[in-house]
Amino acid sequence: MTKVSSVDSTPQPPKGAKSRVRLSRRVRGFLALPVAALILSGCTVPSFGAYESNTETGRSTYHLWQGFSIAAAIIGGLTLLLILWAVVRYRRKSVDAIPKQTQYHLPLEWFYTIVPILIVFGLFAATVVVENKVTAEPKPAVTVDVQAVQWGWSFSYPGTNALITGQTTQAPMFEIPAGENVHFVLNSTDVVHGFYLRDFNFSRLAIPGIANQWTFNAINTGEFFGQCTELCGLYHSIMYFRVKVVTPSEFKAWVAKFNTPEGARAAEAAALASKQQLSSIIPTRPTTNHGVN
Amino acid sequence: MTDVLEHAAAEGHSHDEHGHDEHHGPSGLLKWLTTTDHKIIGMSYTITSVIMLVVGGAFAELIRIQLMSPNGTLVNYAQYNELFTMHGSVMIYLFAGPFAFGALANFVVPIQIGAPDMAFPRLNALSYWLYLSGSITMLLGFFTAGGAANFGWVGYAPLSNAANSPGAGADLWIGALLLTGFSAIFTGVNLVATIFYLRAPGMTLFRMPIFTWNLLVTGILILLAFPVLTAGLIMLFADRHFGTHIYEVAGGGVPVLWQNIFWFWGHPEVYILALPFFGMTTEIISVFSKKPVFGYKGMVFATLTIAALSLGVWAHHLFTTGTVLLPFFSIMSLLIAVPTGIKMFNWIGTMWQGEIWFSTAMLMALGFVITFLIGGLTGIYLASPPLDFFAHDTYFVVAHFHSVVMALVFAGLGGLYYWGPKMTGYLLDERIGKSQFWLTFIGAQLLTFPMYILGLKGMPRRMANYPHDPQWKFMNDLSSVGAFLIGIGTLLFVVNIVYSWKRYPAGDNPWDAGTLEWFTSSPPPHHNFYRLPQIRSERPTWDYNHPDKKALAHGHAAPEGNH
Amino acid sequence: MKLEARILLLLGLFFGLMVAVYWPWSHETGGSIMIFAGMLLGFLPGSYYWWWSRRMAPRPEDRDDGSLEEGAGVIGSFPGSSIFPFTLGMGAFCSVLAMVFGIWMLIPGVGLIFWALTGATAESRRSGEH
Repeated sequence: MTKVSSVDSTPQPPKGAKSRVRLSRRVRGFLALPVAALILSGCTVPSFGAYESNTETGRSTYHLWQGFSIAAAIIGGLTLLLILWAVVRYRRKSVDAIPKQTQYHLPLEWFYTIVPILIVFGLFAATVVVENKVTAEPKPAVTVDVQAVQWGWSFSYPGTNALITGQTTQAPMFEIPAGENVHFVLNSTDVVHGFYLRDFNFSRLAIPGIANQWTFNAINTGEFFGQCTELCGLYHSIMYFRVKVVTPSEFKAWVAKFNTPEGARAAEAAALASKQQLSSIIPTRPTTNHGVN
Repeated sequence: MTDVLEHAAAEGHSHDEHGHDEHHGPSGLLKWLTTTDHKIIGMSYTITSVIMLVVGGAFAELIRIQLMSPNGTLVNYAQYNELFTMHGSVMIYLFAGPFAFGALANFVVPIQIGAPDMAFPRLNALSYWLYLSGSITMLLGFFTAGGAANFGWVGYAPLSNAANSPGAGADLWIGALLLTGFSAIFTGVNLVATIFYLRAPGMTLFRMPIFTWNLLVTGILILLAFPVLTAGLIMLFADRHFGTHIYEVAGGGVPVLWQNIFWFWGHPEVYILALPFFGMTTEIISVFSKKPVFGYKGMVFATLTIAALSLGVWAHHLFTTGTVLLPFFSIMSLLIAVPTGIKMFNWIGTMWQGEIWFSTAMLMALGFVITFLIGGLTGIYLASPPLDFFAHDTYFVVAHFHSVVMALVFAGLGGLYYWGPKMTGYLLDERIGKSQFWLTFIGAQLLTFPMYILGLKGMPRRMANYPHDPQWKFMNDLSSVGAFLIGIGTLLFVVNIVYSWKRYPAGDNPWDAGTLEWFTSSPPPHHNFYRLPQIRSERPTWDYNHPDKKALAHGHAAPEGNH
Repeated sequence: MKLEARILLLLGLFFGLMVAVYWPWSHETGGSIMIFAGMLLGFLPGSYYWWWSRRMAPRPEDRDDGSLEEGAGVIGSFPGSSIFPFTLGMGAFCSVLAMVFGIWMLIPGVGLIFWALTGATAESRRSGEH
C-alpha cells in the first residue's frame, strides 16, 4: 500500500510507461503468491487435502500422496498451460487463413513418449517402496478379528474374552494399543463390506470366505470414526464403527475387564442389544421402516 | 427388395445408368422397423441413447438433491440404492456404450471409409433392436414389486444373489445386460468386418481417419471383453435360480470371482467407451484448427497400446480385496498413462500454430481435453495400491470417473454439434450451443472438485445420508449446484434442437472438414455416395478442396511449396 | 490384408507375453485363463488373415495407389429392408422377459426367433439369386 502512494507522488510518467509499471507489479504479485504460500506453510509440503494419518504406514501413504500430487500438479499445470496458450495464441485470425499443414515432428513425439515412461517408472518405484511398507507383516503384539455382517461389526481378540459387537448407528467401539503392531484379520459372513478408517488412510474389503489381513501401528491415542465403504445392501449408509487408540497399559486393563463377571455380562448385553430389531435403534432415520429381519 | 452394395466410382464418372436413384421401400413406421440402412440405425441409436442420457441424468439430479442435506429426506435408503444403481447402469450400459459405438460410429464409420453400408446390415439392425429392448428391460425394473436393481451398477456377488436381492428388478437387470451385451458384440463384429472389408480403393488402414481407427480398436476390444461379461452374467443367473454356487462360499464358490470377471470386462469397457470419444475429439480439433492430426501414426500406436494394456489392468479395482498381485496391476495401470499422454500432447500439437475456429463443437472438444486431463491425472493416483487403499470406494473415486465420463459427454456433444448437420442436413444454433457449453463446463468442474475434497475427507460412495459428518454439507451443496448447471445445459440442448429445427441448412461441408463424409451430401443419399474423390491421405476431401495445402511429409516441417 | 493380420497377431502376441508374465507370477487361474483366451482371439482371426494375405494379391484398398475404378462394381447384395432383425430382436426380448415374468413368454419368444431365422435365411437365398 505504501508503495502505491509513493508511485502516485512521483511525477506522472508517460501513459505507456505507467501501464508497464502496473503490469510488472501484477506479474510480481503473481509470482509472489505461490512463494508466499510455501513460506507460510513453513516450507513444508502441502497436504493436498489428505489426512496425515495416525499410523506409520498411513504416513508413508500420505507422503506418497504428496509426491504424486506434486508430480500431477507439475505435469497437469504444464499441460494446462500448453492448452490455454494454444487456445489463446492460435485463435483464427481470418475465415480463409490456412496454417502450415505440419503433421509430424518425430523428436518431439519421442520426447513426450519417453519422458512419461520415465515418470511412470519413477512413480512405480515410489509405489513399490510404500506398498511394501503397507503390506508388511511385522510380528504383532495384538491380533483383532473383525467380522462384518449386514449391517454391523464384531471385534474379538483371539486368546482373550474381549468381544465388541454392534450394528449401524450403535457404532461399536473397539480398542487398540498405541505404538504397537496390531494385526487385523477381516472377514465377512454375508456380503462384501469395506473396512475404512479415514484417519488412518486405510481401507480393505471384507469378503466372505477370504481372510483379509494386515498389520498397522497407531501413533496417537484418541477416538476415530470408521464406516463401511462397499455397498452391502439397505443400511450400508449407516454401518458405522469406532476405534479407540489407548496406551498399552490402558489396553491391557481394558482386555482384562472382560474376564470379570461384570465385564462378561456387559459384553453379553451389548451382543444382545446388537441383535435387536434394527428399526428400534435407528428411530431418527428420515425413512420409512423397511421391516428388516 | 434386394439391395446391391456397390462402391461409388471415381468422381466425374456418371453412374446414373446403374440406378443410383433414391431408395424405394416401405415408409413411415414400417420403414423404421424394417430398415437396414446404417444411417437410420445410427440415428435411432443416437436418439435412444440421448434419451437414456436424460433419464440417467434425472436420476443423478435426484441423488444430488438427496445429498444436499446430511439427513436428506427425498428418498429412503432402499430408493436411494435403486437410484444410484440405475443412474450408473443407465449411464454406462445404455448411454455411454451405445452412444460411443452405436450412434455416431454407425452413422459415420462406413461413410468415412467410403463404404455404402455396414458389412452386415441386418445384424446391425438386430443390434439396435437388442439395445432398445435391453433398455426397456432394465427400466421395467421400476415397475416390479421389489423395485429396480439395487446392488450398484457393478452388481457385486454375493449381494446380487437370490438371498440378498430377491426382486425381479435384479433379474431384469441381468436380462438387460445380456441383451445389450449381445447387441454390443454384434456391433463389434460389424465394425471390424466393415473396416476390414468395405474400404474404398486407396483407403489403406493408415489413411483411415482417427475416428475410424479408434472404432476398429473399439470393435476388437468389444470382442475381447463383452463375452466375459455375458458369461459372468449367465453364471450369476444360474446362481440365483438354478442352485449353482459359483459365487457362493456356501457351496465352495468364490465371491471374488465375480469381481474378477466383471472388471475383466469392466476396465476394457472403460476404453470401449473412451476410444470413440477420443476419436471424435481428434477429428473435431483437427478440423477446427485447420490442420491435419498431429502425430497421426503416434495416435494410432497409442490407441493400439491402450487396447493391448487394457486387458491387464482389471484388478486395480480389486486392490483392497487383498487377493491380487499388486505390482503387476499397478505398473500396467500406470503405463496406460503413457499412450493417453501421447494423445493429449497430439491434441495440443494439432492446435499448435493452427487457426482455431471456436465453434460449439470445438469448445466441446476443448472441454473434453481439459476435463479429461483432470480425470486422467487423478486416475494415476488410483493405479498406486497404497493410494488406492485410502481412496478406494470414497468420493475421490467417484470424482475421478465423473471427470472422465463428463469429459466423454463433452466429446459426445461435440460430436453431435459436428456431425449433426451431416445427419440431418441442418446446423444447430451456435449461441445456444455456446451457452450450453459454458453451463456444462462450469457445472462439470463444480460437480467434481468438491467430490475430490469430500473423498479425501473420508466420504464413502453410495451414502444416502451423512448425519455423522454435517460439515460435508457445503461441499455436497456445491457439487449439487454443479449437477443442476449440467442439467440446465442439457435442457438447453433439447431447446437448441427444437429451435434449430430446419432453420440453418448446412450444405455438404459446413466446417471445411477433410474426411470422406463431408464429400457427400447432407444427409447422405442411400448408399452414401454418388461419387468419390481420389483417396491419397486421411483427408481426401481436404486434398480435393485444397490441392495445394496437403499435409507435410513425415518428419518434416519443411516450408517449401506450402505457402 | 497383411496389415490387418499383423494388428491382430501383435495384439495376440502381447496378450501371450502378458499371460507368460502373469501366470508364473500370480498363479491366479481366472485372470490367466481370460488373458489366454484374449490371446487366442488375437491369434485365431489374425492367422486366418495372415494365411489369406499370402495367397491373394493386395486389394485396391490395401495399396497406396489403389484407384477408384478398380473398386467399382458389385461388392455384395442383401435385402434392402427386412423385418427379420426386428422380429429376432423381439423374440430375444420375450425370451429374456421369460426369465422374469414366467416361462410362458418363451412361447412367443422362441416362435419369433424361429420365424426370424427361417425367414432371414430364405430372404438371403432370394437375394443371392439376384
